[in-house]
Amino acid sequence: MKVVFKIYRFNPKIDLEPHFDVFNVEVEPTDRILDCLNKIRWTMDSSLSFRMSCAHGICGSDGLTINGQAALACQKLVKDFDYSQEIVVEPLRYFDVVKDLIVDLEPFFKRIKSINAQRIPTALIVGDAEKERVQNLEERSEFDDALKCILCGCCYSACPVITEQDSDFVGPAAILRAHRYIFDSRTTDVTERLAVMQKPHGIWGCKSYYMCTVVCPKKIKVTQAILRTKKKIILEQQPKSE
Amino acid sequence: MIHQYDVIVIGGGIAGLYTALTTAQNNCRVAVISKVHVTRSHSVAAQGGIAASIGNEEEDHWEWHMYDTIKGSDYLADQDAVEALTKEAPNAIYTLEHLGVPFSRNQQGKIEQRRFGGHTKNYGQAPIKRACYVSDRTGRAIMDTLYDQCLQYDVTFYNEVFIQNLLFSFNHCCGAAGYDVATTTPHVFHSRVVVIATGGGGRIYKTTSNGFASTGDGFALALDALLPLEDMEFVQFHPTGIYGLGILVSEAARAEGGVLRNGLGERFMERYAPVLKDLAPRDIVSRAILKEISDGKGIEGKDFVHLDLRGIDKEQLNRKLPEISSFIRTYLGIDPSDSPIPVAPTCHYMMGGIPTDLQGHVLTDIVGSVLPGLYAVGECACVSVHGANRLGCNSLIDLVVFGRFAGMNIIREIKSKVLQPLPLQAESIVEAKINRLLESSGSECVPVLRESMQRVMTEQCSVFRSGQTLENALGEIRQLEKRCLNVGLTNKSCIFNYELQEMLELTNMLKVAEVIVFSALKRTESRGAHFRSDFPERNDEEWLKHTFVSESPMGLKESFKPVAISKFAPEMRRY
Repeated sequence: MKVVFKIYRFNPKIDLEPHFDVFNVEVEPTDRILDCLNKIRWTMDSSLSFRMSCAHGICGSDGLTINGQAALACQKLVKDFDYSQEIVVEPLRYFDVVKDLIVDLEPFFKRIKSINAQRIPTALIVGDAEKERVQNLEERSEFDDALKCILCGCCYSACPVITEQDSDFVGPAAILRAHRYIFDSRTTDVTERLAVMQKPHGIWGCKSYYMCTVVCPKKIKVTQAILRTKKKIILEQQPKSE
Repeated sequence: MIHQYDVIVIGGGIAGLYTALTTAQNNCRVAVISKVHVTRSHSVAAQGGIAASIGNEEEDHWEWHMYDTIKGSDYLADQDAVEALTKEAPNAIYTLEHLGVPFSRNQQGKIEQRRFGGHTKNYGQAPIKRACYVSDRTGRAIMDTLYDQCLQYDVTFYNEVFIQNLLFSFNHCCGAAGYDVATTTPHVFHSRVVVIATGGGGRIYKTTSNGFASTGDGFALALDALLPLEDMEFVQFHPTGIYGLGILVSEAARAEGGVLRNGLGERFMERYAPVLKDLAPRDIVSRAILKEISDGKGIEGKDFVHLDLRGIDKEQLNRKLPEISSFIRTYLGIDPSDSPIPVAPTCHYMMGGIPTDLQGHVLTDIVGSVLPGLYAVGECACVSVHGANRLGCNSLIDLVVFGRFAGMNIIREIKSKVLQPLPLQAESIVEAKINRLLESSGSECVPVLRESMQRVMTEQCSVFRSGQTLENALGEIRQLEKRCLNVGLTNKSCIFNYELQEMLELTNMLKVAEVIVFSALKRTESRGAHFRSDFPERNDEEWLKHTFVSESPMGLKESFKPVAISKFAPEMRRY
């Protein structure tokens, strides 16, 4: 069957303004949107640019805006949309477009870097310590949900705070990454990590719009993780009673 | 643009990041260069686990792990290398845990372990729980942890830079040259040490579990430098790829209780491997599936069988295999706890690669001469610990053990290494290569040639091969290489030009495909993943040796290296 794809195009060398190209593509309802994009590039227009790698939702390369919502092109099938109408594919919002569907992810990875993981002393790594640290099932489950994050950037594209209010906001994925370490019972620098979260443009920028949770391709309860982290900050600040 | 580092690592998967981290921790200036963005490399797709005899669930010994690995390799693995791997494996797991890898835990709060194909207790007696894991996201979790650590130690990442050739000075590797995919500008990396960590090349085949980036680039870098590739005829087909898509359903699914069934509903693996059944090594299970299919016992007579997970408790399924359950729902629209999954073998892993010693030095010949300054780690390297068939979970452990060994060795050696002068024109060679392609106007196009290659390799050189099919394949691949010279790119843009990138990848894949077919043609026996229907038996007398193939002015040439055998003499391989 034929489905119409309306695709965002922008080549900074040629175009003053972005525009849309329309492609009438022969596809199956069970095809991934990524398959459709590849079909366009391989048989209709070799100049179309988009990222991809694993094609099954674990590498995080192909976050796009599909019919207005951030999603992974390899995780959405044609039949997930009303394909009697055109399917509109655009780059992730918030980020600068470099070409067509490709955005500059540097600001995103900079934030991931900014939340600061713990530097493990070399001595420990070369095998002085014995065996593994014990972590019981309850402790382990505290941060299990956050481990699903694949750094695709979809949550930034959807977050009203970062897109409309504070473009320097540290953002959902970076807080989630911090949460992953803060709630890991093995982490020894929790206080420092919580302090990092409270820097300007930090965790308190989050107004719990829940849009990150809505769009997350890995169905992570991102807002809940942010709220738990906020709660932890408040509890840590209270004077400890005997 | 010219950059200077102590160490450059080409490829940002787990092996590459581990070598980068190890050297960066010891004050080397390190750059990781990858054609995909960091954390997008295919190591993230590793699902089931990482093998080590830490014995958290039941008694285990590295000697048992060593035996299983050697038997799994159909006795082609070098036993000194397997000994080094399995002895170090427990320490490697603890080190990963100390770095922060969030392993799944058992009731005692220790790292939980599960069964995996070919891993046994007491030299083959019964399956053993040896695979440590992070639910079914083991690769992703290790990658994320290593990435966070690399950031801490100021490793520099060159994302989306595609390396085209290695640079040499007086027979010493002194860097690599490539281009930035975003701008098509040449970049030259000048370094004291170069590490190749580019992973595999599953995209040579039509159906593969590998991502789009797995195009054998590191193998091609070595071939272009006139270095040999070892044991390339051994290509692993994972038994359970989702039918049609090739996406991997981890062996962990069978470890947790899933079984394979044919069109009659029979649990057919009982006939092929009475002891290990569904947990037999991958070469055996893949052949069994294809045998069932060719006997007309596929599902409804078609070319797939069923992986039945309905026997697994629903809560267990969600806890231990969440990722797999989720993508099966997405792609097939079925719930694995209600319906069986259609599966067929999918190209998964290259056992062969760039020959190295235990420290990761690249070897230039069968007697073990070392090329100064050049290392290889991970799937693109061949130590060889996997021989003719790799066991599940032995890949991740290979990456971390040898990734770190290489790193530690680089730290020791780098003090004595000075920066060699760069060859002249390092930059302009890449520029010329790219410009020639951008200006090309031939009649051939990349997707058509690539599809032809994938069809030839899948039909003539996959799980079953014969002299006849391999001769055909060699002719066709060489024909395709000629047609490549007449390619015409329609995309002339210098910004994220993927037609250009895919053309360069296709050239690499064809080179590697030719070596795979050539090596397979030479080996007139069946061993591990290499099954010749015209030579169906293993022949230790003539073929207990590694194949080395390299380019020469007269075309490909082969030589052979004896297998290092220490503890375990070759035996009949029964499971």
